[in-house]
Amino acid sequence: MNWIRTLGRYTLSGLQHLGRYGLFLYTTLIWTFSSPLKVGRVIEQMSFIGVKSTLIVMLTGAFTGMVLGLQGFYALSKFGGESMLGPTVALSLVRELGPVIAALMITGRAGSALTSEIGIMRITEQIDALEVMALNPYRYLVIPNVIAAVLSFPLLGAMFDVLGIWGGYLVGVKLLGLSSGTYFGEMTVYLSSKDVFHGIYKSLSFGLIVAWICCYKGYTTEFGAKGVSKATTQAVVICSVLILVWDYFITSVSF
Amino acid sequence: MIEIKNLYKNFNGTPVLKGINLNVPRGELLALIGRSGIGKSVLLKHIVGLIKPDQGKVLINGIDINSLRGKLLVEIRKQFGVLFQGGALFDSFSVYDNVSFPLREKTKFDEQQIKERVMHELEQMGLKNDGHKYPAELSGGMRKRAALARALVMEPSIMLFDEPTTGLDPIIGQTILDYIQQCHQRLKFTGIMVTHEVNKVFNIVQQIAMIHEGEIIAQGSPEAVQKQNNPIFDQFVRGDTTGPIQYI
Repeated sequence: MNWIRTLGRYTLSGLQHLGRYGLFLYTTLIWTFSSPLKVGRVIEQMSFIGVKSTLIVMLTGAFTGMVLGLQGFYALSKFGGESMLGPTVALSLVRELGPVIAALMITGRAGSALTSEIGIMRITEQIDALEVMALNPYRYLVIPNVIAAVLSFPLLGAMFDVLGIWGGYLVGVKLLGLSSGTYFGEMTVYLSSKDVFHGIYKSLSFGLIVAWICCYKGYTTEFGAKGVSKATTQAVVICSVLILVWDYFITSVSF
Repeated sequence: MIEIKNLYKNFNGTPVLKGINLNVPRGELLALIGRSGIGKSVLLKHIVGLIKPDQGKVLINGIDINSLRGKLLVEIRKQFGVLFQGGALFDSFSVYDNVSFPLREKTKFDEQQIKERVMHELEQMGLKNDGHKYPAELSGGMRKRAALARALVMEPSIMLFDEPTTGLDPIIGQTILDYIQQCHQRLKFTGIMVTHEVNKVFNIVQQIAMIHEGEIIAQGSPEAVQKQNNPIFDQFVRGDTTGPIQYI
């Protein structure tokens, strides 16, 4: 009977955790729409999450596109479909790889930093200090990050797509000899605005997921430096898994 | 006025506060003493509503702080100034910005008025020329003084000090205590000061309370408590290694 008890305990604990995540998001959304926005903080965080992630997103975007160019050309040449390289690269990037890989990159660079920054503020009583000053910590720490992430992710995703398509062009056209007219011409035929919006919706939701999880983990950090390191690791792992799981569901819904 | 009634708190099954009763009349300053890790800071956090008790009440001017939510809680917290043990200065702000932060957020003062108030506090704390520095550039003592300046800048009616002089050299420590006394006389705040420097605060506070094993074992004016001949209190004040308090 012990295993039933253990199973029950884990289930209850899991549900309790899920409830806390949900309540944190609910509180964040309520305050987002009911309290004046700290515009300065939002801009600051957009610079941190967005501007400072530009280089890494551009770099990974370009190389992802280059690999797609190589692999795509190899696969398409098996049945003489090299002319479809442009649409293949563009569709893969815009619908899927752009939003997902950009989100994973930003999670590693900015999400982990968000968790550790808020976590350190928690363990050094800075969040308590805000509360006893009768100020709402969500307004200062959480909401600006959520808004900044929701705005930055689609922009960075778009940047990833552009650099990826350019990387595919470099490989397909400059290296493997496909004509640039074929590469870009076919792309405009097969890539529709629906695909672009699909990518944007994904990026928006990833932005919300990353900011939500990273802020939550930081906000609920416990027990000193070890607690901060644990919270940061958990935040990155949970975000990465959630991005991929949510990506599947959002793709299957709009398939 | 701060009233604590029959307050209980457990952490993971370990009882920390076991029926605390404490009363600080309006305008009086109480020194709260007791061994390290006994729950003094936990008690302060209950008073300001950062921790909810398992049982019991914390009444601030007759209102149970734990029954308040939203705007009512904000209103009551506006009366508080808290000096945290580690200072709790905002890392990303300079000292000046830390001290001016509550004024900017909670008052309609113009920039000149804010500057005057902040510079006055910084001058009192001997930090007049350190306003541009960040917390990471300050020594422990300077951090504590900056935090004290931030706690007092709003001229609160209730002040909670968590070890205001710990980690400071004796001269700066005494300067801080003198300043607290000055502010207390000027602002007439109701306050609780957690401290280990019992002998130094006898002249500053109107009451002393000692917490031991989750309970208040002595409370009264400094003179009255000293006359009680409480062996635990006496051992703690003298710093004896032998007596009813067993450290090892």
